[in-house]
This record gives sequence, structure tokens and C-alpha cells, in this order.
Amino acid sequence: MSCIFFHRDLRLVSLNAFAFLFSEMVQYNQTRVDNIAELEHRLEDAGYGVGLRMLELLCHREKGNRREVRLLGILSFVHSTLWKSLFGKVADSLEKGTENEDEYMISEKELLVNRFISVPKDMGAFNCGAYVAGIVKGVLDGSGFPARVTAHFVPVEGQPRPRTTILIKFTEEVLQREARLS
Amino acid sequence: MATGFGRMAPLLRPGDTSVPNVEKVNAELFTLTYGAIVRQLLTDFEEVDEVNKQLDLMGYHIGIRLIDDFLSKSNVTRCSEFKETAEVIAKVGFKMFLGVTATVANWDAEGTECSLTLDDNPLVDFVELPETCQGLHYCNVLCGVIRGALEMVNMRTEVRWVRDVLRGDDAYEMRLKLLKQVAEEYPYKDDE
Repeated sequence: MSCIFFHRDLRLVSLNAFAFLFSEMVQYNQTRVDNIAELEHRLEDAGYGVGLRMLELLCHREKGNRREVRLLGILSFVHSTLWKSLFGKVADSLEKGTENEDEYMISEKELLVNRFISVPKDMGAFNCGAYVAGIVKGVLDGSGFPARVTAHFVPVEGQPRPRTTILIKFTEEVLQREARLS
Repeated sequence: MATGFGRMAPLLRPGDTSVPNVEKVNAELFTLTYGAIVRQLLTDFEEVDEVNKQLDLMGYHIGIRLIDDFLSKSNVTRCSEFKETAEVIAKVGFKMFLGVTATVANWDAEGTECSLTLDDNPLVDFVELPETCQGLHYCNVLCGVIRGALEMVNMRTEVRWVRDVLRGDDAYEMRLKLLKQVAEEYPYKDDE
């Protein structure tokens, strides 16, 4: 059974209210683009602003305005603090990429934003989690850990719906700085 | 703990303060997502009036679907008059979706027009309107939602903002006007 974490002064709205709004946002953006890549980009851009603002909010509220300066620190912040605040739970997993030093993956069995979304077959691998990828990118960029962040569906054996992985690829400067600090 | 099955949900009257258990999320995700939408619209459309229209249209699209969700979860009985409809929107509808209530007041003589004043508004947390957006009805989506939802239950309405805290007023007040009650159309011809 999953535990739901929320902070003290929490204000809540219904999940359906959010789902309706998110659905409208995706559908609106579909009218402004010519292809899937553009749609993902627009959703990421939308999420980016949210990420910057969540970072400001959470740093102030949860961390007493302390800044993360280490890689694992910021990843932990995203995986736990950010996820708890946005989705009421910590992310299902945080993994380091096996093939590349600069890659990390945060995975979720079912992203909240995808809960009521079904992607038609002709849209291929499109994942509305691009919005969440944008949020993560905003948080990382805002904290001084620039990265390329994308959302991917990953099929899971024995599960009808694939899980979503948020893939984070940090820039060279971040890795170099991390190496210096180690 | 009550489950949804094997037990009838109680009939809700506008006076009831209890609202059915719906799954909830942090309002900040909702608020910031809405802010992102408004930002996108402001970038895409140059005229603030056009953004207002788009927000209303988005709200309308939401409203025509939201009404089914509302009716299935709330178990309200059919309203006998528009005054009841307004109360249901204010006390049950807003509560169920936004976690806040509204006050109904200022009825006209015919009972077809009233004010809905929000006690609290999760859409506007952290929001300030810049100089360049003074004509923006930031919460216009709500007007569209109400209009769309009511249209699906055969009421054609006009919903507009008359007071907006973001524009310097002291409250969020919408004016809800019933234009026409459309008779429910029987989809089949009797003589066929």
C-alpha cells in the first residue's frame, strides 16, 4: 500500500479537476504543432516554468532556502521532495545509467499526468510525461544542474501498461564540477 | 472505510456540507499547470481579449465532460428551479472539484440571474497580473466550465466576471445568467 505524503498547509483539489485541465492543455497544444516532437517540446516548455516555480516554493518552504550543490543531493530532491509535493509520493525509483556516466533515470509505474490519457497508436511513442520532464528540467536548471530531460515509456514484463522513465542527461560542466567537488 | 460498491451514496441536497470522497491532488500542481496554460496562451495570442476567449473555450470543453463526472459522483437530484442549480454549483460543484465553496446572491426579479462569489480561489495562488495584461480575465476558464456543464443539462447560460481581485477588486464574483431552458430533445421520431 502506498503512503501519501503531504505538507501541513496543504490545499487540495480533485484529481479529476487536474486531469481535465491537463487534458485541455495537451489538446490545445496539439492544435499548435505539426508533429509529435513539437508537441513534446511545447509540453516540456510548459513544465519548465512550473519547475522553476516549484523549486522556489520548495526551497523556501521545505529546505529553509538551502541550495543543493551536489549531484546526488539534487537528484534526491527531485526524487523525494519534488515528487512528494507534486504527486503525493516519492518516485518509484531513481537509478544511475549503466552505459553513460551522465545519465540518471527516475521511474514511475504510472505518472499521475498519464492516468487518464490514452495515446492513439498513430502518435507512436509520444508521452505526456514530457510535461513532467519539463518540470524536472526547470528544477535542475534553476538549481544550477543543467540537463537534457525527456520522458519515455518503458514496457514492463507482466504489466499491461508500460512505466514511464524520466531520463536526465547532465551537461559536461555539471559532471566536471561534481568531479572537482568529490 | 466506505467503498463505492454495494452501498448507495446518499442523495445530496445543496445544504449538505458533506461531499463524496474524490481522489485529491496538491492544488499547487493544479495552480501552476493553469498558470502554464495562461502563459502559453499569452505567448501564442497577441490580444488579451483573444486569450480571454481561449480560456473560456477551454473551460467549455472541460465543462461538457465535467458534468458527467459531477452527476455520477454527486448524486444530486434534478433541480426544480434555476435557484437550486446555482446553489448546487456553488456548494457541491465547486467543493467537489476545487475544494472551495461559493456564495449565491443578488438574484434578479425573475430568478434567472445571480452572482456567484468565490470564498477562495485556488487558480490564483501566487498570481499577479503584469501591466501588459490588465484586460485579462485570468480565471475565465471557470466561466466556460459552468457554461459548458449547464449546456449539457439543457440550460443555455451566460457567465462573466464582474469582480476580480487580480484586477484590483475585493472579491471573485461571477454573474450567472440563464438565457434559455432548452427542452430535452427526444432523439427518435414517434411515427417512424
